[in-house]
Amino acid sequence: MNEIQHGSHDPIGAVNGHDVITGKPIVPLGHHELRRADIDPKAAIRAERQVAAMFGLSSVLIVTSIIAFIVVPNDVLVILPLIGPVNANHISVGFSLGLGIFLIGTGAIHWAKKLMPDVEITEERHAFASSAEDKAAFGEAIREGKSASGIGERKIIRRSLLGSLALFPLPLIVFLRDLGPMPKTRLRETIWDKNIEILTDATYRPIRPEDIPIGGLVNAVPANLLKIEEEDGNLNERGKASIILVRMAPADIVSQQGQGWDYQGILAYSKICTHVGCPISLYQQRTHHLLCPCHQSTFDLADSGNVVFGPAARRMPQLPITVNEQGYLVAASGFKEPIGPSFWERG
Amino acid sequence: MSTNKAIDTVAGGKASVVGNYLDDRLHGASGVKKLLNKVFPDHWSFMLGEIALYSFIILLLSGTYLTLWFKPSMTEVVYNGSYMPLKGVKMSEAYASTLDISFDVRAGMLMRQIHHWAALFFVAAVSVHLLRVFFTGAFRKPREINWVIGTLLLVLAILEGFAGYSLPDDLLSGTGLRIAQGIVQAIPLVGTYVAMFLFGGEFPGNEFIPRLYSIHILLVPGILLALVTVHLIIVFYQKHTQFPGAGRTESNVVGYRLYPIYMAKAGGFFFIVFGVTTLIAALVTINPIWLYGPYTPSQVTAGSQPDWYIGWLDGAVRLTPNWETNLLGHTISWNLLIPALIIPGIMFTALGVYPWIEAWVTGDKREHHLLDRPRNAPTRTGLGAMAISFYLMLWISGGNDIIATAFHLSINQITWSLRVLVFVIPPLAFVITKRACLGLQRRDRDKLLHGYETGRVLRLPHGEYIEIHEPVSDNERAVLLGKSDVPPLQLSAASDHNGVANPKAKSGARRARLSNWFYGDNIPVPSEAELEEAAHHLEHAAPGEIASH
Repeated sequence: MNEIQHGSHDPIGAVNGHDVITGKPIVPLGHHELRRADIDPKAAIRAERQVAAMFGLSSVLIVTSIIAFIVVPNDVLVILPLIGPVNANHISVGFSLGLGIFLIGTGAIHWAKKLMPDVEITEERHAFASSAEDKAAFGEAIREGKSASGIGERKIIRRSLLGSLALFPLPLIVFLRDLGPMPKTRLRETIWDKNIEILTDATYRPIRPEDIPIGGLVNAVPANLLKIEEEDGNLNERGKASIILVRMAPADIVSQQGQGWDYQGILAYSKICTHVGCPISLYQQRTHHLLCPCHQSTFDLADSGNVVFGPAARRMPQLPITVNEQGYLVAASGFKEPIGPSFWERG
Repeated sequence: MSTNKAIDTVAGGKASVVGNYLDDRLHGASGVKKLLNKVFPDHWSFMLGEIALYSFIILLLSGTYLTLWFKPSMTEVVYNGSYMPLKGVKMSEAYASTLDISFDVRAGMLMRQIHHWAALFFVAAVSVHLLRVFFTGAFRKPREINWVIGTLLLVLAILEGFAGYSLPDDLLSGTGLRIAQGIVQAIPLVGTYVAMFLFGGEFPGNEFIPRLYSIHILLVPGILLALVTVHLIIVFYQKHTQFPGAGRTESNVVGYRLYPIYMAKAGGFFFIVFGVTTLIAALVTINPIWLYGPYTPSQVTAGSQPDWYIGWLDGAVRLTPNWETNLLGHTISWNLLIPALIIPGIMFTALGVYPWIEAWVTGDKREHHLLDRPRNAPTRTGLGAMAISFYLMLWISGGNDIIATAFHLSINQITWSLRVLVFVIPPLAFVITKRACLGLQRRDRDKLLHGYETGRVLRLPHGEYIEIHEPVSDNERAVLLGKSDVPPLQLSAASDHNGVANPKAKSGARRARLSNWFYGDNIPVPSEAELEEAAHHLEHAAPGEIASH
């Protein structure tokens, strides 16, 4: 006798073996299989002990995690198989806590599955629509309230109320105005200008033409950047003025954005991608292609920085360069077109 | 009063004292009793939403912990913590405090990794839960409103995740913000202003991290929490759907009681999700910001990848050709508007309104509490497969550079292939899935009529080999019979018997065509007469005859 007979009577929602709503044939709930723990007291006790063991071990592990937190040093690495070097405190706290929490879960579920009743219960489900009377009463209440307030007839009240309610959110939007400045010409300008010295990025040293071999690439910034970063305390100008210098055999240069904008085969281009503004520095010497690591826009630096592939729509702006009296590379002027991603007013 | 005393003496114990105290003040007894007795149906796929809920709770707990140490500030500081490679490097306070959480606050790294892993699981669980609800038709009347709330939750979860991993101000997340800013700037008319206002000027400025912080820890979680609450109340109130099976009808729920069964099972499951997340956070590094370095707008790492749920958007941005138009001196960046705003806009809108689209196409106005098996709604399942494959194509595109370097392929060829595949694969997925569903329907019908193949092969006296077929179990029969056959809508007459033209005939014809497309290929469940005849046949036929089917 390992099963309980449910009987073959119709479940709730079925009559004569058919769903009252869909009319489809309904198979009654079948036999319920009893579990080991339902019929064998020994099995029940075993299950009880298993559950308690999980809860007990969980307590031990949770206490372990506290002890580990206090005792295990935070500056020692241990090497675990497969996982590699890990912080001793992190791994001991995390592992004991994680397993401790996990065991609360397995204990509770084991308890429910082995020892709590597992007979399926059928509950009635009610239709969602309210009765016609309820709906009518509701409609009546709405109408009554409406006529009591007079919002229907008193047009002047209704309209003036709607007017002020429509205006009410406006100040909340207008007051956001001081979140930032107007764009003005900010996106069109960089701090590059005539005779601004070109410095290597990171080490900030001026560059002589002979420092750059053919095929070489140098990341660079304008000399006036450092002072501005110090004053403004932000990286805004760096985000616009960063450039790369590349040198190629003058014969390899197919075209430039302006006559004589290079210096003996050294070309200066904006580093900021014209797509969405990632800084670019993946340069392939052989093809003179510059590839953006974000969305793979590719520019041909030997050919005016034109787009040869990818989602960028505009060429890389070129910075005209020359050398100053001391023989260091300088800008011959600022950029002649906006650098970086497009914007509505760019034109 | 006397009744209360009576209960005291009957039930006794401390629990009833507390219970009485609360009931005298809150009048909970009858309502809470109903609540405790509530019956929930059982199915593994109903746990997907639970994982999402539990991940959300873990996120709230671990996130609160992180706020105690994180400093949302872009002020420049010189790092002087215990991570040697960055000692003496200038960085924002946000990045420095994230390093402190990772290396100097004990259990800080654990909490950070729990938070990040839980975020990845949260979006994953929400997505898979959504697919479950979609493929089983659980979004149908009366659950459309909860479907829309679920869609909003998915959108918010993605935004919240992106906001979260942008906060540490490391090189990777800064690159993500730069891309987001570039996209905002591409919005026609207002984009430049919105970008300036969001960032307090140009990118990156000094304002954005603290602003993003209050959005990430207050605004979005607040909305998420409110929507999750409503989502759950509606599930509770409407009662859970159930799969067809023995004893299940449209007007009942078959399952186990909330108290104590589901309290133990679902409560236990919370600890399992929490425990597994903690173990993974202890063992597997996620988002090692210390390796990326502090953000500077003049650097980027090659092969930078966003969190998984942003991948499809990034992929769409990578795939879109470089279209840009100039309208009377104004720039319209289609190369950003299409992938970052128009495609996600269409996808999420289509997702949100799908219940109404399907109801309109099928003309189905009934309530549904019994779920569809995916095979029994082949067109819907096909559409789902189509959407998934479209999403996957975009997602793969998000890793086109990784694929190129891993397999030594040309990035240009991969991108071009994906540009084609993103249009070719989804329709194929639709056709293949729909056909596969119909094949399964045929097999189900076959099983009902001719039983299942037992695998027992007999050799008959005259040498013929046959396989024994036996009727399917009662429960399987219930599942197979649970399939609903909806006839496609009929064409309405173009004019009535007086010859007056029907004004709705045209739209009616369109709808009938759509409905036919949706339901037309359905393989009907055998009628009761057919079943009876087949059962008769199965019982009395000679084995040789059975085999002929």
